[in-house]
Amino acid sequence: MLVNGLDIIFQPPDVHARTSPRRFVFLVDIYKCIGCGFCVKACKLENEIPFDAGVSRTWVERYVVNGEGEVFADTPKEARYGFTTGRIDLGRGKFKDIPQEKTKKAFFVPKLCNQCEKPSCVQVCPVGATYQNADGVVLIDRKWCIGCGYCIMACPYGMRFFHPVHRVADKCNFCYHRINQGLRPACVQACPTGARLIGNIKDPGDPVEKIIRTQQVAVHKPEYGTNPQVYYVGLGEEVR
Amino acid sequence: MHILRPLFVVLAIAAIILIARSIWIPSDFGIHERGYTYGWYRQSNIEEWKNFTVKYQGREFCVTCHAEQVQKLTSSKHKNIECENCHGPALSHPADPLKLVLDRNRELCLRCHTNLFYPNSQRSQIKGINPDQHNPGLECVLCHNPHEASKPR
Amino acid sequence: MVLESLWTVKEFFVYPNEYIYWAIQIVMYPFMTGLVAGAFVLSSLYHLFGIKPLKEIARFALVFSFALLMVAPLPLLLHLAQPQRSLYVGLTPHFTSAIAAFGVVLFVYGSVVAAELWFLFRKHLVEVSIELKSKTNKSLAEKIKYMVHTILTLGAMDVSDASLKLDAKAIKVLAGVGVPIACFLHGYAGFIFGSVKANALWMTPLMPVIFIMSAIVSGVALCMLIYIIIMGMKKFIVSRKNDSAALSTLKEINSEEISTVQTSVKYLIFFMIFSISLELLDLVFRGYTAVKSWDILRNVIYGTDFINIFLLQYLMGNLVPFILLLLPGLKIRRLIPALLLVLFGVFMMRWNVVIGGQSFSLTFSGYMDYQLPIIPHGLETFKEGLGGALLIAVLPFILFWILNKIFPVLQTKGPD
Repeated sequence: MLVNGLDIIFQPPDVHARTSPRRFVFLVDIYKCIGCGFCVKACKLENEIPFDAGVSRTWVERYVVNGEGEVFADTPKEARYGFTTGRIDLGRGKFKDIPQEKTKKAFFVPKLCNQCEKPSCVQVCPVGATYQNADGVVLIDRKWCIGCGYCIMACPYGMRFFHPVHRVADKCNFCYHRINQGLRPACVQACPTGARLIGNIKDPGDPVEKIIRTQQVAVHKPEYGTNPQVYYVGLGEEVR
Repeated sequence: MHILRPLFVVLAIAAIILIARSIWIPSDFGIHERGYTYGWYRQSNIEEWKNFTVKYQGREFCVTCHAEQVQKLTSSKHKNIECENCHGPALSHPADPLKLVLDRNRELCLRCHTNLFYPNSQRSQIKGINPDQHNPGLECVLCHNPHEASKPR
Repeated sequence: MVLESLWTVKEFFVYPNEYIYWAIQIVMYPFMTGLVAGAFVLSSLYHLFGIKPLKEIARFALVFSFALLMVAPLPLLLHLAQPQRSLYVGLTPHFTSAIAAFGVVLFVYGSVVAAELWFLFRKHLVEVSIELKSKTNKSLAEKIKYMVHTILTLGAMDVSDASLKLDAKAIKVLAGVGVPIACFLHGYAGFIFGSVKANALWMTPLMPVIFIMSAIVSGVALCMLIYIIIMGMKKFIVSRKNDSAALSTLKEINSEEISTVQTSVKYLIFFMIFSISLELLDLVFRGYTAVKSWDILRNVIYGTDFINIFLLQYLMGNLVPFILLLLPGLKIRRLIPALLLVLFGVFMMRWNVVIGGQSFSLTFSGYMDYQLPIIPHGLETFKEGLGGALLIAVLPFILFWILNKIFPVLQTKGPD
């Protein structure tokens, strides 16, 4: 009975019936991202994250590679004001200027919660305050979170943080309140170039599903085994 | 057998804890779709998230009253920029807020129009300026209309 | 404003949401539970294995372990962003998380220690209860003392030899059962860190074992230290009497103290060797296999954290006390600084794991510097600052002093 009980508890999740016709996935096109940062602004305002706080449910990173293959990366104030200067923020008040001739490779990478199929953040919550629903979205129960921070430590992608006002864990949830009623997430709607797209991997008519199934896409840090569901077109090996 | 007395005390405390649990645990807390590892939660939380207020309404909301502005915008190079990107979320405008933001700051335009010649990004295709050299300190809207997105008026 | 930004300084490429979320209280927590486990193991060395020279320190170690246990949840309460919800871990535990084990382990271990203390001091509780019962004009303090002692006897007033023999048996059983539970109490704390695959420094199966070994080291060292101090106080009180009886008492105390201490030191050294071997093994392994994270870890271990790891922990906290303990002619005078350094070394180990693991970014191309708040500017910087840490450090001693009034270890001798 003990073995049976343990088996039920620790069975791989795919064994459990997936009744929902939806599994939300995200697609990011790195070439299309222009680093305007409107996604970050929209996300913060839509999801009530204090605009001036140094945390965000989503952000944009900039990578600049010079002729020697040295990679410089930054995300000034999570890109809430976009990228309005070519100077790279190195922290502690230091900056790096790379002239145009030396810029061999450069691009922007939007990042957001991967809503992993095997979320390590959910696994380590001691009280069941964070969970994955049938649509694949990982949500946080603000009334149950005790604020231990274990989930924040467990995310390999650095997606989670403590909400500065509510003082519970917080993270991107694909704007679940919007996608549930057929709206697009705030960041997808705000993106002027279509670099961010949301889709349903279970719907064969979904344009995002088609791209993921037929084109060369990649996920970020697959080695952690979390099975992330944000797919990237044009993800290079420099991306941290 | 007096040696069992501490055990009785412990069992009594355990019983109290179990009774307290049956009172305090929310009735909808349990193992849901994704199993114990990923689906251990309070069911009513999902409804709470579904009811979270939508702030950004989208261009279809703006066009019902501001058709002229939208028409100008969609015939310009800025046609892919959502109104609320620059004017902020509509919420239940015009009830609340009465007016939306008119952000005249340079920084708003520099988000896209600071020249960054990044070979692997569409950013390098956007016409832009060097903010330190092109009218530094002045508002862009003094000369450029964002809804028409053309050369200076 | 982000609270954690008050004590985090980022450098180079760090994800926006990365801050030092697990600060000084998360360093204190494994340090305290380590002392709990270590003190209990020391006590069991006598109660289970009958190592005679440890008899006096054993009783004392058990009471101190209980005092420490009662303080152990406090660093967590000070750390939690929603401490009023801390009981949820008992209401809806998610056992896939190592932290969920906390509630169960604490309760089980606390029961074992409380029960063992009860059996150890039952005779004393009964004697005080009977003595105070017959007293007619009890002062308020005496009334409280009578009530507490009588309730704690749980009605088991029989202190015949046969009954006390049963007590001794129960103690042995509990000491035996308690050792693996004590190991689990601190092993799970190690598992909390070791199982986080997202953290390149923490992720290793060795973590629970390293934690347990260094826990025993710290527990034994602390108990020895307090024991020496208490013996010193006893000797001071006796020596003021200045008569021949005092001299012989002094001699007695001295010889008992030296024999206890010499045996304890042997176990301390054994566990120190075990503990340091595992840590060095982990370090050598990482350098040898040099996986993706090694570059940033090397910069942290041999660069930014070099002083914390090699000078403070390994040199001052391990090698120096090791030499001090092994040099021939060990006297109390040399023992005290050695024990203090050992405790410091174990504390630095906790610091270097918790803070060290957050000193580098998930990008593997950035760093975070932890600046412990010294002067509190409000409740939050007190809780997660020097003030909060000192509070946790001092409380066990206060609690021990209170517990000593019910379970005296400073004056009378125990039933066995």
